[in-house]
Amino acid sequence: MPSTPLIAYAHVAKSFAGRRGAAAVRAVNDVSLDVAEGEFLAIVGGSGSGKTTLLRLANRLIDADSGSITIAGQDVRAADPVTLRRGIGYVFQSGGLFPHISVADNIGVTPKLLGWPAADIGARVDELLDLVRLDRAYRDRLPQELSGGERQRVSVARALAARPRMVLMDEPFGALDPLTRDALGDDYLALHRKLGLTTVMITHDMTEAILLADRIAVMRTGNLLALARAAELGSSADAYVAELLSTPRRQAERLSALLPRGAA
Amino acid sequence: MSLVSDPRIAQAFSYLPDYLGSHVRVSLTALLLGLIVSFPLAILVRDRPVLRGTLLGLASIVQTVPGLALLALFYPLLLVLASFTLAWFGFSFSAFGFLPAVLALALYSTLPVLRNTITGLDGIDAGILEAAKGVGMTERQSLLSVELPLALPVIMAGIRTAAVWVIGTATLSTPIGQTSLGNYIFAGLQTQNWVFVLFGCAAAAVLAIAVDQLLALIETGLQSHSRLRAALGSAGIVALVLATLVPTLALTSSTYVVGAKTFAEQYVLSSLIRERLRAAGLSSAQREGLGSNVVFDALATGNIDLYVDYSGTLWLNQFHQTEIKPRGEMIAALKEMLAKQNITLLGELGFENAYALVMPRKRAEALGIRTIADLAAHSSTLSIAADYEFFSRPEWAALQKSYGLSFKTQRTMQPDFMYAAVAAGEVDVITGYTSDGLIAKYDLVALDDPKQAIPPYDAVLLLAPRRQHDQALQAALKPLLGKIDITTMREANLRASGSNAESSPDAVAKWLWDQVKAR
Repeated sequence: MPSTPLIAYAHVAKSFAGRRGAAAVRAVNDVSLDVAEGEFLAIVGGSGSGKTTLLRLANRLIDADSGSITIAGQDVRAADPVTLRRGIGYVFQSGGLFPHISVADNIGVTPKLLGWPAADIGARVDELLDLVRLDRAYRDRLPQELSGGERQRVSVARALAARPRMVLMDEPFGALDPLTRDALGDDYLALHRKLGLTTVMITHDMTEAILLADRIAVMRTGNLLALARAAELGSSADAYVAELLSTPRRQAERLSALLPRGAA
Repeated sequence: MSLVSDPRIAQAFSYLPDYLGSHVRVSLTALLLGLIVSFPLAILVRDRPVLRGTLLGLASIVQTVPGLALLALFYPLLLVLASFTLAWFGFSFSAFGFLPAVLALALYSTLPVLRNTITGLDGIDAGILEAAKGVGMTERQSLLSVELPLALPVIMAGIRTAAVWVIGTATLSTPIGQTSLGNYIFAGLQTQNWVFVLFGCAAAAVLAIAVDQLLALIETGLQSHSRLRAALGSAGIVALVLATLVPTLALTSSTYVVGAKTFAEQYVLSSLIRERLRAAGLSSAQREGLGSNVVFDALATGNIDLYVDYSGTLWLNQFHQTEIKPRGEMIAALKEMLAKQNITLLGELGFENAYALVMPRKRAEALGIRTIADLAAHSSTLSIAADYEFFSRPEWAALQKSYGLSFKTQRTMQPDFMYAAVAAGEVDVITGYTSDGLIAKYDLVALDDPKQAIPPYDAVLLLAPRRQHDQALQAALKPLLGKIDITTMREANLRASGSNAESSPDAVAKWLWDQVKAR
């Protein structure tokens, strides 16, 4: 792993004003975290843990109250937020595809904003459809004519369109059925390796995190509880981390008991 | 006679290019102006809750003002503004017709556009907005390529509502001097020409539906990226706009504009005047259905060239005189006062159209009422009905003061319905007009005014300042002066109150000329 991290959070904090004069909510509390070039990092936590806030701070969909975030050594606050976002792939929770334009226009949106020639965008769209394993005939369809899994494939293609070095994913496969979810996860991991991407993915599913990520960050009520490889997480003294790990463990044990190898 | 062969249909069609063209011109201009103002305003205020609430509140208040009142309000407002610009910047503009109509209608169109634009933009899924930001769009790019296209159906629904409202309300711009399809309705209502009323309503409805459907075509075209549909819809709108240029061209060729107030006698007299001008080889256009106060200002500012007014009306309403003079003195004094404004009082037509208290002959005889003084003794048990303006006119105050009148109830009515209402006993007394033919038709009696509380109302011809020295015009009108006596005018008015083809103002004017020319 290279020594300079691609993304570095240093003592980052962010609060949101409470509703109707209630006390401010600390969404992210003094988090420091490095993501190395080429790494696949999963951030795991329940709702309200601050994991989505942490992700959105990276491309300045929101700005931190204190601390600093650097990408490739440069403070994000010195960058123009629009330029910054065009350089980072982002896959949204429910896809976030624009419903009024075609699949091809959705995929080509960032290249178009960057002023690529139309012919280059067209070629790139075809290339990406192949990459995410969608038929090129899907080009002219509207998002609502696609299945949930196909929509998320388009969403991944859109995030990769302008050849970013890093991709941020906000529970990208959360709403999909288990089979589709597994297939998409594997396909994305293959792309991550093939294209040498740096990926930060949010998920509430520890099994998914274990299967895909190089390292796992565990968040709870704005605090970073643990950051380690899956194998090392088991030795964490934190009760919440242990609880998160217990589910996949139990499932694995029951599955191997119910489906012994060679028994089929 | 079948409705299709009714000559009034052909007559209505002959006015259609002018009325429809003017109607399209005023309503589409108003709609465009309303859009240009309210659309950007909606985008500006949508993230500012206080401003947005205030603006929507104001627009809602405007909406509660009746269309006719809103249109009527803009006329005095612009008059004041015009006098300011004249005093401070040395130029003036016409507060009559097109401008007040466009401004009032544009204001009327703001609510649906504002509300639907704000609602449409508000209704967009937060996830889509975040995605637009996340893929690297600026606020402007997000607005133009994501938010507006997604809000388009709601926004277009607002624009279509506004279009239908504006086209419907534009029929009410006739009394402030803007020719519109309302001319059919106002003229038809006054002369009991129901063919005209229906024709006007139908034409306005067809126009509203047509514009609505063209906008719908543009909307589906934009949504489905069908250039053909959007182009067809736009072409339809452009065709409508082009059609409005036809009456504009036609109007510029006519030299004299004859005004008329909102009642049948005025329609007949303006027809008669135009007939005389035609005979003298002078071309003319009509501006009918003008409100009592609007018409004088229109003449003074040169928006119309001539019309018939009544001495008492000028005396009380225009010059605010309180002392009531005998007939001859009043005309002389009026001539002088009008001359100061360069308006020519060419002369009297020969009859008087005064306000009179009118009741059924039999009823009056039974109660022993012959004069207003006799009526005063009974007034506390009787009801009275008058036209829309009478109770706020100085004559009413004078009557009350002179005779101590105090009725049990008082209500206002469309003048043409008053006579039938009093004949049927729905009200006991009405304020009729002495030249009205219906007095004889329904066997009514006009009560004497021994204290002369009501001034004389001689019909007089007024000419605009720029027609002061127009010999051709004055020569063409001279044969009418002093020739129309009260009996003839009553008969003409009675004819005009019918609801058949022979009762159109043009037909009655022809009859009237036949009576007058031999004298």
